[in-house]
Amino acid sequence: MTRFLMTTALALSFAAPVAAATVAEGDVLDDTQEYRFWMLDALKSADPHKNTSKDGSQIVRQLFEGLMTEDGNGAMQPGVASEYTVSDDKTVYTFTLRPDAKWSNGDPVTANDFVYSWRRLADPATASEYAWFIELMNVANATEVVKGEQPPEALGVKAIDDHTFEVTLKSPTPHFEKTLAFPSTYPVNQKVVEEFGTDWTTPENIVSNGAFVMQGHNVGVDITMVPNPEYWDRDSVILDKVTAVTVPDANIGLTRYQAGELDRVQPPSGQFPRLLKEFPDEAVARPYACTYAYLLNLTDTGNPAVQDQKIRRALALAVDRDVLVGQVLQAGQQPAYGWTNEAIEGFTMPELDMAKMTQADRLAEAKAIMEEAGYSASNPLKLDLMYNTSEEHRKIAIVVQQMWKQIGVDLVLNNLEWKVYSDRMNSQQYEVVRSGWCADYNEASTFLDYFRSTGYNVGKYNSEAFDAVMDASKTSDDPAVEYAEAERILAADVPYVPLYQYTKVDLIKPYVKGLPEHNVMDAWYAKDIYITEH
Amino acid sequence: MFGFILRRLAVAIPTLLLLIIFSFLLMHAAPGGPFTQERALPPQVLANLEAKYGLDDPLWRKIVDYVWGIVRHFDFGPSFVYPDRTVNQIIAAGFPITLTYGLLSFILAVVVGVTLGAAAAIRQNTWLDYLAVGVSIGAQVLPNFVMAPILVLVFTLILGWLPGGGWSFQNPDYWIMPVIALGTSYMASIARITRSSMLEVLSSNHIRTAKAKGLPARKIIMRHALKPALLPVISYLGPAFVSMITGSVVIDMYFSTGGIGKSFVDSALNRDYAVMMGVTILVGALTILFSLVVDILYAWIDPKIRY
Repeated sequence: MTRFLMTTALALSFAAPVAAATVAEGDVLDDTQEYRFWMLDALKSADPHKNTSKDGSQIVRQLFEGLMTEDGNGAMQPGVASEYTVSDDKTVYTFTLRPDAKWSNGDPVTANDFVYSWRRLADPATASEYAWFIELMNVANATEVVKGEQPPEALGVKAIDDHTFEVTLKSPTPHFEKTLAFPSTYPVNQKVVEEFGTDWTTPENIVSNGAFVMQGHNVGVDITMVPNPEYWDRDSVILDKVTAVTVPDANIGLTRYQAGELDRVQPPSGQFPRLLKEFPDEAVARPYACTYAYLLNLTDTGNPAVQDQKIRRALALAVDRDVLVGQVLQAGQQPAYGWTNEAIEGFTMPELDMAKMTQADRLAEAKAIMEEAGYSASNPLKLDLMYNTSEEHRKIAIVVQQMWKQIGVDLVLNNLEWKVYSDRMNSQQYEVVRSGWCADYNEASTFLDYFRSTGYNVGKYNSEAFDAVMDASKTSDDPAVEYAEAERILAADVPYVPLYQYTKVDLIKPYVKGLPEHNVMDAWYAKDIYITEH
Repeated sequence: MFGFILRRLAVAIPTLLLLIIFSFLLMHAAPGGPFTQERALPPQVLANLEAKYGLDDPLWRKIVDYVWGIVRHFDFGPSFVYPDRTVNQIIAAGFPITLTYGLLSFILAVVVGVTLGAAAAIRQNTWLDYLAVGVSIGAQVLPNFVMAPILVLVFTLILGWLPGGGWSFQNPDYWIMPVIALGTSYMASIARITRSSMLEVLSSNHIRTAKAKGLPARKIIMRHALKPALLPVISYLGPAFVSMITGSVVIDMYFSTGGIGKSFVDSALNRDYAVMMGVTILVGALTILFSLVVDILYAWIDPKIRY
């Protein structure tokens, strides 16, 4: 049954035109079809298996194509794979690769390319920083291969024939399909990688299978991409050129955007409200799958007071999130009472009691808890907050400091440089730490797996009940039920103080069309974009 | 003279070695490493990375391997943050850019600075002097991180004359703002030093003698005053030249030039050990070289100095 449904669903979406650049009615195309977007930093690597940055992913997405791609809502669309089937026990996926998928040198993209590429991602010799992604996908033997206990050939991937790629998972994994558009899973061309070594990503050498190819790369200045003539869906690509421009200063980025040198920039921190007034057609804030929170260190190195669930609840209650998002951040962010970002596809936050209360009630309860525990203005609970250098983090910290002061908490602000901050956070040398967690794929487990006893979980929250619910979600027919239960457990245990859900703010020229409006992962594909007359 | 140069070059090698060891130790004493991030890497992934880059070796071994790589193959190692590139490639890509705008900036600063300073001294307490002093103080107090965004605002947004950033070796339009923004404060310093030194020289005995024997003013200044007056300027120019051609993080950031100046700060923040060492050695070697050049120039200018 499952097999039939899955195959049919995807075969259908293949039959319908794939969502590549469909020009809306009434739009007149401009003569110059060039899209220029802003990047903060130089591209670290165009190698899909070595790239680690979000900006870099946007480039890799144009140059390469994985088994799946996404539409404007972030829903999975066929990429190199035209369809796939799932075994009844949900552990074997068989992908049919489209026969017309080609590399930019004209070679066909085959199942062996995917076998080589996924093994390469896991291979310790590659030393990919994202090797963990293949473990996250739960491909059979991934962990053993990454650890070096098994050879890369032991990875659960197989080429049945040139156009049939089979993946065996360790256990059923509901989010597996959602990972297939992620850049780390993209194929690379074995011949080219082996011939040129680390130099294979230069414009002269690179061979890719995406809608665009790299034409030029001035390191730290710009990257130009032009349509790949061999791309299977070349006819739907409208843009003639895509340029990524590095501007390491957001204010200059804004000036250059206003001067017409860029079509999309991220405004400097704190300027969004002003820009929204000045450029209402260009300033946009869209939900973005990240949650901002203060994590509490629950180990012996933390503050002993936060071992008490009631104190933790008081800390969470005392924050007025409406003030935070409405007065401080002012860019459409949403108050967070739970962990999973509510814009995640297929996820509905259960009704949490804290979300329903009025702020006056929350504050009253928080005060009562703290009084009962013996804390007051004259005898405050002293807590240390660690955050990395950023104007925004500092502002939020000051606001929370004031809010917690009302319940008898003396929050000491401790600003650290990024590496020191990261190092201390991950070795539990903190009491309270600011943290933002962003989705790796558009499904709730990317958030909820965090708090498993084996998850990233830098506060070392450890709940058997929570682990059990998350285990159950993996084989559940409707994991949304388990996810809601997991959120309820978190809300009761309060291992962290949720603050707000991110938005992605941008200035986009009104003549740029086809950027996804509802993709909470902020992944976009230049093959969907076109420029209207202006 | 020749022996002096040889001796100085011989001393440069242990100096550089000390610089390497000292920087290496300082760098490794800083908390965190190239792969430290908010979302910590799983231990097995981190172990693979450390093995690949030799980060799991003891510190002495790392230093020995590093120096040996430089001596044997002139190989400064791979970047940890830019996995497709080696330090040699990063420097080869970024240094020509900073060298270009740095050199032009240097020429601009010296020509304008010396002219302004000398003119001010010669016409001391006239409007020309006040103007020169005013300009140089103005240029000095306006730091380049203020000046750079103003330049972009004026020349790119308002006037639309120049591109707001980027780099091209073919198109000088991209060079203009970096050259001005980098050169201005150096120009101001050079003008001030030239002026005060020139004033001192102009009141010295040999100038009075020259005037007494009836030499024309132009000859006095060009032949007898300017050369000795430049002595303090030259000692300033040595290190200034090095810091100009190795670029500036401010220029590279505001004008997106892709130069090596930004690598200094980035590599330190990213703990990109190899890149940080590479740029440190580059600056170290250039500093040693140009302080030697300055010493040689001294001997040429001042007949009293002999090595």
